[in-house]
Amino acid sequence: MKHIMTINKANLKESAAKGGCGNCQASCQSACKTSCTVANQKCEKDEK
Amino acid sequence: MIHKYYLGGLYIVLDVNSGGVHIVDEMTYDLLDHVAPPFAEECPQDVLEKLSDKYDPQEIAECYAEIVSLYEERILFSPDDYEKYARFTTASPIKAMCLHIAHDCNLRCKYCFASTGDFGKGRKLMPVETGKKAIDFLLEKSGDRKNLELDFFGGEPLMNFDAVKEIVRYARSREAEFGKRFRFTITTNGVLLDDDKIDFINQEMSNVVLSLDGRREVHDRMRPAVNGKGSYDVILPKFRKLVQQRSRDKDWYVRGTFTKFNLDFSEDVFSLHDAGFDQISVEPVVADPKYPYALTEEDIPAISAEYEKLAQRLLENDRKGQHFNFFHFMIDLDQGPCAVKRLRGCGCGNEYVAVTPDGDIFPCHQFVGNDDYKMGNLDDGTFDTEMKERFAQTHIYNKPACRECWARFYCSGGCNANNYQYMGDVLKAHTLSCEFEKKRVECAIMLQAMRSLDQGDAE
Repeated sequence: MKHIMTINKANLKESAAKGGCGNCQASCQSACKTSCTVANQKCEKDEK
Repeated sequence: MIHKYYLGGLYIVLDVNSGGVHIVDEMTYDLLDHVAPPFAEECPQDVLEKLSDKYDPQEIAECYAEIVSLYEERILFSPDDYEKYARFTTASPIKAMCLHIAHDCNLRCKYCFASTGDFGKGRKLMPVETGKKAIDFLLEKSGDRKNLELDFFGGEPLMNFDAVKEIVRYARSREAEFGKRFRFTITTNGVLLDDDKIDFINQEMSNVVLSLDGRREVHDRMRPAVNGKGSYDVILPKFRKLVQQRSRDKDWYVRGTFTKFNLDFSEDVFSLHDAGFDQISVEPVVADPKYPYALTEEDIPAISAEYEKLAQRLLENDRKGQHFNFFHFMIDLDQGPCAVKRLRGCGCGNEYVAVTPDGDIFPCHQFVGNDDYKMGNLDDGTFDTEMKERFAQTHIYNKPACRECWARFYCSGGCNANNYQYMGDVLKAHTLSCEFEKKRVECAIMLQAMRSLDQGDAE
């Protein structure tokens, strides 16, 4: 494309279909104890 | 839904529901102000006319075709079809716990949400037996979850470190029997760190959060000892030692808090880097506006500008080969958490609970001390499953502001405790925190986009 460059896989929809195993980290247990962020965590499904 | 913004010289368009991140030219950016589904085969004449004084109509038509093509690929203006997952993933096992091993502290941090360590309930250390009951509770309630997280928190957990050691040993002794793996974290101000504690922490804790605010004068102003003296010079060498001796495959962060007194907090981030740390988290204080250090609406422009400045400086550092992690800008645009995870924030009160020295159970550390939110007690075996169910329902589709927000799959609904404390309802987004979070997400995505472009150039 000439005008638009997509820089990622845009795969949130596929992640929903295969997701929800719940084995990832609880969001508040990392380095934030006051301002919650989720998108900076990683999927841990493979480790299950 | 899309969200578009211009930052760092890039025109960025996010497709909220697919997670798509698109870098576009200025014409596309402008065109997106005028077009949305349902799309026609050709760019509508009135749109061409609106933009014809700035762009060539043939180019606009080309651009329109590209937008329609991405729409058909479902990575632009894609629909939100995740609500069904919010409904059927409610009854989660409990997999994480904040263990308040000490409701006492040897610092007197002025912004402490825990009333200088005791949460307003008197200074206490957790007995080992209570800690063991907490481990049993977690093992029993964790269902099929394999990874169990336990954060030793306070107050200051090093004030009760013998109990920490004993509880860790006890938990480890039960891992095989239950088929679980404990991941321990400790959050410390560092005052009592010594060689033995550093060794134990580096051996057993998968993550360590080291409280350090940045520049010496900033840190010492807000984090004095009981005698009023600053703590920076006492703890800095101890933190350095811990980090130097820590295995690189284990996590750690120096974590600071910024307030109205240091709105130029990027200086603190870089001060921490200059002091020898490359895993850094610095967050806005959340406090009642009556306090002089509290952040308020009027600070939003300054803080937004500071996040932008920080992102630019991080990028410059990257390009000089001096990369370091800033926790709130870490974002993996391809391998992040699944959409189901993103429907709820921390999971407090549902997947995550806090336990006090008395064995009382609360939805999280921020709710400790608020008896309306006591969920039960380890000694009498009570646990309020109705309250757990209420917290399970705190997903983004039950939070009116989140339903409409472009950042909902990045922040996942924010902090329920902040919502309750400052908006009076766990389902009402704490708007000030939202503004900061949205700015961080914009900066984080811009940074990742720039890194992708830099890599592309290198190739």
